[in-house]
Amino acid sequence: MKTEITFQLNGVEVSATLDGAERLIDVLRGPLGLTGTKEGCGEGECGACTVLLDGRAVSSCLLPAREVDGRAVTTIEGLGGPRTGLSTIQQAFVDHGAIQCGFCSPGMIMAAKALLDAKPDPSAADIRHALGGNLCRCTGYVQIVQAIQHAAEALKGAGALPAVAPRGAPAPARASRTEGGER
Amino acid sequence: MSELRYIGHPAARPEAPDKAAGMALYIHDLVRPGMLYGKVKFSAHAHARIQHIDTSRAQKLRGVRAVITGYDTPEVRIGFLRDNFALKRDKVRQYRDEIAAVAAIDPEIAAEAIELIDVEYEPLPGVFDPIEAMREGAPLVHELDPAGKPRRSNLLPLTYHHETGDLEAARRASRYVVEGDYSTPLIQQCCMGTAGCIAEFDMHGNLTIWAKTQIPFLAQRDFNKALEAMGLRGCNTTVIVPALGGGFGTGLDTHAYEHIAILLAWQTGRPVKVVYDREEEFAYLSPRQSSRTHIMQGCDEHGRLTFRRTEVLLDNGAYASWGATYPSVMMLPATSLYRVPNVLFDAKLVYTNNTYCQAMRGYGNPEVNWALECNLDELAREAGIDPLAIRLLNCNEPGETTPMGLKISTCGLRECLEQTADKLGWQHKRGKDSGKRRGVGIASLFHVGGSGRIYRSDASGMILKFDDFGNVYVSTGAVEMGQGLHSVLSRSVAEALGIRPESVHITPTDTSTCPWDVGTHASRGAFMACNGAILAAQKARAAIFELCEGLFASEVEKNLKGKRKRDAAYQPPAFDVRAGAKRDRFDIADGFVFIKVAPADPVLRVELGRLLRAAHFRQNGQMLTIEAFHDPPSELPDWEKGKGNMSATYAYGVQGAEVEVDIETGEVEILRMVAVHDVGKVLNPDTLKGQIYGALAQGVGYTLYEQVLTSGGKILNPGFRDYKIPTAHEMRFPIDLGFVETDDAFGPFGAKGVGEPGLVPTAPAIANAIFDAVGIRLYHLPLTPERVLSALDAKKRG
Repeated sequence: MKTEITFQLNGVEVSATLDGAERLIDVLRGPLGLTGTKEGCGEGECGACTVLLDGRAVSSCLLPAREVDGRAVTTIEGLGGPRTGLSTIQQAFVDHGAIQCGFCSPGMIMAAKALLDAKPDPSAADIRHALGGNLCRCTGYVQIVQAIQHAAEALKGAGALPAVAPRGAPAPARASRTEGGER
Repeated sequence: MSELRYIGHPAARPEAPDKAAGMALYIHDLVRPGMLYGKVKFSAHAHARIQHIDTSRAQKLRGVRAVITGYDTPEVRIGFLRDNFALKRDKVRQYRDEIAAVAAIDPEIAAEAIELIDVEYEPLPGVFDPIEAMREGAPLVHELDPAGKPRRSNLLPLTYHHETGDLEAARRASRYVVEGDYSTPLIQQCCMGTAGCIAEFDMHGNLTIWAKTQIPFLAQRDFNKALEAMGLRGCNTTVIVPALGGGFGTGLDTHAYEHIAILLAWQTGRPVKVVYDREEEFAYLSPRQSSRTHIMQGCDEHGRLTFRRTEVLLDNGAYASWGATYPSVMMLPATSLYRVPNVLFDAKLVYTNNTYCQAMRGYGNPEVNWALECNLDELAREAGIDPLAIRLLNCNEPGETTPMGLKISTCGLRECLEQTADKLGWQHKRGKDSGKRRGVGIASLFHVGGSGRIYRSDASGMILKFDDFGNVYVSTGAVEMGQGLHSVLSRSVAEALGIRPESVHITPTDTSTCPWDVGTHASRGAFMACNGAILAAQKARAAIFELCEGLFASEVEKNLKGKRKRDAAYQPPAFDVRAGAKRDRFDIADGFVFIKVAPADPVLRVELGRLLRAAHFRQNGQMLTIEAFHDPPSELPDWEKGKGNMSATYAYGVQGAEVEVDIETGEVEILRMVAVHDVGKVLNPDTLKGQIYGALAQGVGYTLYEQVLTSGGKILNPGFRDYKIPTAHEMRFPIDLGFVETDDAFGPFGAKGVGEPGLVPTAPAIANAIFDAVGIRLYHLPLTPERVLSALDAKKRG
């Protein structure tokens, strides 16, 4: 039986028609065309598919899509793109060598965002704990942890200012934009 | 070389922002119009005759466009020894043998169709242990060799042997001799992005395949052979490499699933995508081989090494991939790490009905290094010598030629040993009882550092295409798989040409536009591509300076004219530009061409893009495209004799570990690791650190817990639930890195390859630290709590 769901996706209301038991990741990557969210294992063990559901990090490969009806989902595409530039956390990943093959990066960045939104001043142990469900085979995690520490510092210092000036001109004012959050 | 502007300085990778934004496109993200989804039916037995395959139910399923088997498609042979087939006929030799495949309009229908294929088997007795497989009368995995001749044994027809000196005489003359049997397990590469491809044909019968490969040009050759087998003689393949979710050796062969996608695409006339899920990746992709090594080493009364005998047995699994050439790399440390006058190396590879194995980072080196470096600590103990001292005493030196004929151009081993010991606190920690069951250990490594010639050509091509705007497009067959190649390559081009890195653009990896490259393996990516970049940049500069003889002065005159127009009182410099415009007098910096001796006046320099436009937009104009082909000064060794200078230069390194052992639970806690590597020259400290941290983490998993478990050839733990790789929590200990710059004459800016070394000595460093902590010698990886407890128990019982 087909059902329709409506939810906030990266601050925009979207609808999707479900055939049955689609997972959130299937809807995001399929009909909604947002392929930034990656599927690394399909059983909630690797974290590559991490998105935010009402601000909390969840594995979109385990979540039935019908459960996001009426709720807010943030994916990696909601944090930064060509027009807006990268968010502070994404930029920190770029600047501190935290990205190698990049397949785990969107999930890592979403997990980091959930952490920093909840705990702006985490210890290294907090960061390692928050990344416990996100596997990376390339980096050994050292530079990922460092990037998140730098992002935390930058976010504290910058308040709600965007990390990178928007590209091109003229650009709309974005002073209200916080670190990738919904407006 | 004058002061370097980009090389040696930290810099973000050019492709990182797209990856951070989720915009990089991996094989999983690519879709072609009309694309179908392929799925493979795998064997239900490790060894069986195929009696009958019934695909009729699958054929009838709505949405299915093709069902193929080995009986209704041309025979496509694959593999290093051509002993494997895209789809199997007559017999299966491992659980992952491909019996049939389906193409359907969506992945769910394809999966459903696979379940509707009925296969009848006649099970055969299997052989799952390499020693049993070598016994008289053992079941033969292959009854016939690829030429159709009967086979008498399960030994692979590959010889890797080296012998220098009189081993027996050396053994008798040695004051101290130790020996041991060491083993390493089957492990999975665990790329976060699983394997997959899309195959598509055009109206000429030419194939385009988007492939997760590290060897686009060797893959093109393999796929063209497949086209020929399919009756498409003269048709060609274009291999396009999308963003790779890791490589680690998985991309060093073409795989049956790729050939199946090709067969399905040809059968249906539609693009076909095959992507493995995680369970398929674990169960049906080739892991790293398990190994058994018998090693014997001796020294004189001072600790000088007298001989070393290394004999390796590898469980190859059912078919031969490039992974069957592991012993070519194993031979390097076995013959050439430290100065040993008498050495013997021998390797046997055996077919079994286990999953067939393939390359993984380190390519045999970690397996042999595990035995060699643990056993060297045993020898030091036997001789009553400090493990650091015995390594320093027998250290390799620059300028030596090893028994295998390896020419050591530069060698930072001594500095690596000294720095590691210093960082680890060796003098005050080693052999001391802290009351806490803590210990320290070290291990060295030796690896190819200047590519590794295992193919007749070991070259890398490079094309620099200049546009009208001062941009340079770099085409290379080398593959970025996350290691940071594009970062060091774009900065090498910028450095060597004299332009800004932002003006350098690396083109997508595509065999139709990129020049030939043997592949990104053997830690050769940066070494080869950056050397190619330097060679191409030299040619480009010469060509630009030649153009400048005719164009530079008139462009400067335009500068002067413009300046005078804006400022009537402007006094031009007295320098005679026309007289100075000789090709050997120019230089380029920051994208501007100038005459070296001219005053640093902005009026006397011309933007490179402007000069190239002037060369282009004139009568009989020209564009600038430069090609270079770099083949390193190395030799293809004779593997039966075990001789030949395989690499242009060699990498060294030392890792140190401090551990604490819980004698109640057998848990080993890593307190700290040190990694000091001879890298020749640091190209980009950020990417270099990433390579070592990441490799070391893989080394930690290999040491402590990673193992593909099998029973009767079936893989028992095909997922991250039961196959654990290190998480951020496991990697919580500090890692102290050191880089020794030996400035190798063959390396780009002096650099050596660094991709693999970081995981080579990790296991023996940790095992040697465990010995220092609690006095137990462990011989088998991984060092699980059960093995630690059992060894502690054995020690207690004496």
